[in-house]
Amino acid sequence: MVARAGIPIIDTRFVTVGGGIGSFVTVDYLRIYGVPASDITVLTQLETPWSSYEYLTRVSQIPRGERLRSDSKSTPDNIWGFPSYAVREALAAKSVKDFVRPLWNVMTEPILSDYYTPRAGQAFESMEREHDRIGYPQCVRKGQVRMIRRRKEGGYFTILTPPVGATPTRRLAYRSPYVHVAIGYPGLKLLPDLQRYREYYRDPSKVVNAYEPHEHVYQQLALRPGTVVIRGGGIVASRVLQRLIDDRDRLGLQTQIVHVFRTYVTGAHGPSIFMRRKGGDGWAYQGFNYPKSVWGGQLKAKIRGLEGEERAEAYKLMGGTNTPVRKLWQSQLARGRAEGWYRTVVGEVTELRPGRGNQGVVSLLKTQQGPVELYSDFVIDCTGLEADIREHRVLADLMDHSGAGRNPVGRLDVDRNFEVIGTRSQPGKMYASGSATLGGYFPGVDTFLGLQIAAQEICDDLAKLGFCQRFGVLASTKQWWHWARHRKI
Amino acid sequence: MVPTLYGRIQTRSVLLAVVGGLWTLIITPLLPTGESLGSSYRTTYAVLLAVLVLGVLWEFLYHFLQQFRWEKDWPTFFGLLTMINEGLLLWLLIKAGAVPGVGTVPLSAYLIQFVSTWLVVWLVANGPVQVFFVRWRFRGGRFW
Repeated sequence: MVARAGIPIIDTRFVTVGGGIGSFVTVDYLRIYGVPASDITVLTQLETPWSSYEYLTRVSQIPRGERLRSDSKSTPDNIWGFPSYAVREALAAKSVKDFVRPLWNVMTEPILSDYYTPRAGQAFESMEREHDRIGYPQCVRKGQVRMIRRRKEGGYFTILTPPVGATPTRRLAYRSPYVHVAIGYPGLKLLPDLQRYREYYRDPSKVVNAYEPHEHVYQQLALRPGTVVIRGGGIVASRVLQRLIDDRDRLGLQTQIVHVFRTYVTGAHGPSIFMRRKGGDGWAYQGFNYPKSVWGGQLKAKIRGLEGEERAEAYKLMGGTNTPVRKLWQSQLARGRAEGWYRTVVGEVTELRPGRGNQGVVSLLKTQQGPVELYSDFVIDCTGLEADIREHRVLADLMDHSGAGRNPVGRLDVDRNFEVIGTRSQPGKMYASGSATLGGYFPGVDTFLGLQIAAQEICDDLAKLGFCQRFGVLASTKQWWHWARHRKI
Repeated sequence: MVPTLYGRIQTRSVLLAVVGGLWTLIITPLLPTGESLGSSYRTTYAVLLAVLVLGVLWEFLYHFLQQFRWEKDWPTFFGLLTMINEGLLLWLLIKAGAVPGVGTVPLSAYLIQFVSTWLVVWLVANGPVQVFFVRWRFRGGRFW
């Protein structure tokens, strides 16, 4: 049928759709497991695996020089996690102080220091080095993936629209026994009141989402004093607050900040003394996106065995918006509270409308003390809601035509080995990892280390199917040595 | 580290036996034991075995304490702090003559052996072990 439609067919062994960090770490594992680059095809619209991630971190106020919320051993450029980012930062130091600082930090975290986290730039630069080492660019084919369909004879067709003029036909079909889907976030979703305001008043400049470019907010606040309403209690809110306060200090600004919490956390919270998360001043505190042991310890083992409602409940308990405790943020906000330029309001925003004379924005809140009206020059939404997986055409098509379903949290349902349940096309298999699969037997899939854990499971499964070699102690040691010597593979 | 109970026990046993075993082989001739080399080796390996056996018991306590932590992790720093309680208890047991195969041991020899072995094993557990066992850190410290 594909051939009859005049679509050229290209044979390959393994296709990964997305081309972001999820595809990159999976290809990294496959290459290290001995799969030749010529057997792997990456279908993507991205310039580099980290370009989409870098865009999102940059606009949400983590430029290359700032630190991510990621563990020292979550190293997408290094499957072994050794040497960790902290060790490498120390080894690259030019003074004794800079040598000792990251090592002391990682050794004493989180007891005497905050959790060590790498600078965004370190993560991107090291990924670039590994990307070159494994010959990743050889695998890349640019274009937009339209759909992935099962073949009657087994395996899959992945239909790609290449850039206009790049190929004689408008479509290409990649035929492969194995497909991996790592398309990342299906899209951003604004809170309903923000969406209404945007659509009704046609004003995208005063009400912004933190994941959109919003540099104009900081620029205007630098020109004249203003008030900003911050919504959300997660890491992005923390970062945006830091930027506002840094600018305030650096440029001597008079910015007033009103922080709206829908749920105000007053202290440690949880169902029992064995399940209590720290909190205070409105925030729930947690080092990383999940409790640390989901990436390899007790919680990973526990959730691997949970099904349906029980799993959804476990996700709810670990989830909820949270942010890490960082000394800088704590001191900035304490200063803001003491000096009166940072205050919090607890309530639910019901409506946004332009201020009098079209100046600023008025937020109408429902609070326990009754309705409240808040005037501000800008509203920055830091809630970071994600769109439904149906918003992505490839995922919608998989659910409509290839048997893929939803997990207890509503995202793409994958098995413990990250096979997309219901899409088997013997002898082929389809896998998925990353944000679209959140809610599976392994939490933390939408993180650096989570993507690596998924890639490891996928490659071990592929090794069982004979696609690549099994990766034991000797192969691991040899490949690590190649990595350490930066030997191309 | 984010160990499970079984992972703790495996990591403790394997690393003490292999890394600790090799380290003991190297360091024993340098210890101020005042004994012949053969007798020194008998003592140092008996001490190493005692750390391993007692350590497995300690791991149950650490696992219980870990349950009070939201993250269910075991910070790197705790891996150093626990040297104090374990070292102290073992020394008291040695003094009381309760450790089989260990007679009188000078404190200096004991301290050098115990602290250096602990540090070597702690360093290996915090990184290099992953080079050989790439899945170890995703399995709560289990090797098998």
